Amino acid sequence: MGLEAKLNSDGFLVTQLDAVVAWARKNSVYPMPMGISCCAIEMMASADPKYDIARFGSEVMRFTPRQCDLMIVAGTVTYKMSHVVRKIYEQMPDPKWVIAMGACTSTGGMYRSYSVVQGIDQFLPVDVYVAGCPPRPDNLLNALIQIQNKIGRTRARDFQNLKLPELNVIQNN
Amino acid sequence: MELKELISQKLQTNFPEAELEFSEYRNEFNLKFNKKFVNPICKFLKEDTELEFLLCEDMTAVDWAKRKNRFTVVYHIFSIKHNFRLVLKADVDESDCSIDTVSSVWKTSNWQERECYDMYGIKFNNHPDLRRIYMPEEFEYHPLRKDFPLMGIPGSLPLPKK
Repeated sequence: MGLEAKLNSDGFLVTQLDAVVAWARKNSVYPMPMGISCCAIEMMASADPKYDIARFGSEVMRFTPRQCDLMIVAGTVTYKMSHVVRKIYEQMPDPKWVIAMGACTSTGGMYRSYSVVQGIDQFLPVDVYVAGCPPRPDNLLNALIQIQNKIGRTRARDFQNLKLPELNVIQNN
Repeated sequence: MELKELISQKLQTNFPEAELEFSEYRNEFNLKFNKKFVNPICKFLKEDTELEFLLCEDMTAVDWAKRKNRFTVVYHIFSIKHNFRLVLKADVDESDCSIDTVSSVWKTSNWQERECYDMYGIKFNNHPDLRRIYMPEEFEYHPLRKDFPLMGIPGSLPLPKK
């Protein structure tokens, strides 16, 4: 049955190594749940059995940025918090992607105020914006599928010229 | 004797120079006084065995923008013994934008006064730790003042580099 039956009859499969890597990468996206406010509840709901983000290979929410390649920024980002979000983003290994989940994260939303960043694209490269306040879990899953399509199109040469971010070395005296 | 009369009588005998003004609005008893007397009056209200205003529920300020005494500092205090709430008010002018701290009376007002300092720029004399509580420490403005624009002052809050 399945793949085994194919392998038995045909014996081998020809493809590009690049394509295999991209295929593996897009079906094992590890999200970094950057849950800052109410959107995080919907993000959690998307991981529960009803919506089941595991169907797309993304059930492994890692709470350390070192093991993630997708950052889901879910919530209102204040100016004070923006430095934390950026620092966590820089701690993620390349290649990495960002979802701006919800109205607040994408545009500031209803918080048209001095303390809220009016859209995280002012300090982060965003790949997919998710509309809604908060977005429904299936909307977030749609964003994940968009990211997967984007990852599926990548090839190794896209990542060859990546520059390491400038590290801020903090010295404790 | 009714509690309101008791409070006004006690305060008038103990603080005759405090320019006390009593008023009542929607069943809330208001007391206005000169800001110099804020610490002794609060201490008296808390420590008097017949009153016992042990709880400082809230403390904030009002910015009247163009009025002569620009700010009013407001304390909401509560007596658990009598189930009675009292509102204390003291005017503060912009030229001498400071008032004595009451954090020595109610410890909870320590952070409330820090918030008030952060948002209105009113200094609290003898406060043990008068730092900003919400905004970044290097921020130069006071956001709840009426002359502060809603969307803030561009460039006053730094963003990380892209």
